[in-house]
Amino acid sequence: MRVLESVELEQKFQDKIDKEIKIEPNDWMPDAYRKTLIRQMSQHAHSEVVGMLPEANWITRAPNLRRKAVLLAKVQDEAGHGLYLYSATETLGADREATIDDLHSGKAKYSSIFNYPAVSWADIGAIGWLVDGAAIMNQVALCRCSYGPYARAMVKICKEESFHQRQGYELLTTLANGSPEQKQLAQEALNRFWWPALMMFGPNDDESPNSAQSMKWKIKRLSNDELRQNFIDATVPQAELIGLKVPDPNLKWNEETGHYDFSPINWDEFWQVVGGNGPCNKQRVDARRKAKENGLWVREAAMAFAEKRASRKSA
Amino acid sequence: MSTNEWPLWEVFIRSKQGLNHKHVGSLRAADSTMALDNARDVYTRRSEGISIWVVESNYVHANDPADADAYFEPSDTKIFRHPTFYEVHEGIKHM
Ligand SMILES: [Fe+2]
Ligand SMILES: [Fe+2]
Repeated sequence: MRVLESVELEQKFQDKIDKEIKIEPNDWMPDAYRKTLIRQMSQHAHSEVVGMLPEANWITRAPNLRRKAVLLAKVQDEAGHGLYLYSATETLGADREATIDDLHSGKAKYSSIFNYPAVSWADIGAIGWLVDGAAIMNQVALCRCSYGPYARAMVKICKEESFHQRQGYELLTTLANGSPEQKQLAQEALNRFWWPALMMFGPNDDESPNSAQSMKWKIKRLSNDELRQNFIDATVPQAELIGLKVPDPNLKWNEETGHYDFSPINWDEFWQVVGGNGPCNKQRVDARRKAKENGLWVREAAMAFAEKRASRKSA
Repeated sequence: MSTNEWPLWEVFIRSKQGLNHKHVGSLRAADSTMALDNARDVYTRRSEGISIWVVESNYVHANDPADADAYFEPSDTKIFRHPTFYEVHEGIKHM
């Protein structure tokens, strides 16, 4: 009887998904759907928050006030993105602080790209253009995700992201049009971030065992390889336009497929970084852990103050 | 684990004069003053609002979505509540 019931519920659930009806927080959903979303959404939230670190590093060294204001605004947006996503994760019954503790203990991951350092000012341009560009490619597809709160958060995030990519491209364009040294800085930044940006879409489709279920549930709409190809097709002409060279000797336009061909990705490097051996993994998680520990007294003081104010009001 | 987690608040924003407040999301804050300030900082960075309401999530009550079909059934079956249910002579104006 019970088994039958859950089979029926699952069928109903899948029918809704197939009919493009969004799933909302208190609706019945399979446990595995809930778990998959909690994992994906909290890791997405962690990525937004950890993603602030490499860029925040350059705020005080921005070359002028305009660039500084822009970078501040961008980093502040990323904090907001983290908040939208943690809130959306909470609608699934997840404990927000527990998901954050999972990040700090190493149990939860975040986008591996943020384990690379931003070693020059040009890297800030490459991050906006390529890293935010790749994130947008991914997030635009997620705007149609079957889970309502996630999809809505993505719509808001995508609206905010478009300036992130533009400011990065503008920054690199300025460098690329500058002195030979500046142009070289821009080229080196592209060399550093090109391959890690392509890895952001995750393993090749045949190495991505959970993708099929996510596609069936319409959490995922496009496969890793499709998204990666779309990103390459969109980005290569942008590099050419500002006179930068994409660091791939095999990159070439394929008339037949209507896409760029490119070299195989170094997945060893990807798995090394995912596994904790990237240049900055430890530094990033340490920074987040310290932020939580050092902020504890602030959170407690705010609560004590709120209680005091409330009791004064009622007295 | 923090023992003293701030309560959750739902955020509603009026985007411009003449429109109603609309739910935009939620956040955690120690009290209503902080909830309002944080809502302004995260949900209205691009002139999305001119007025904000915050309500502690605990105080929001909702019907059970599992029973939604039966719960809303009375309104689905009363098609005579809609003007299109009625036949009107052709040529009749202003009705
Ligand atoms: Fe973001
Ligand atoms: Fe961004």
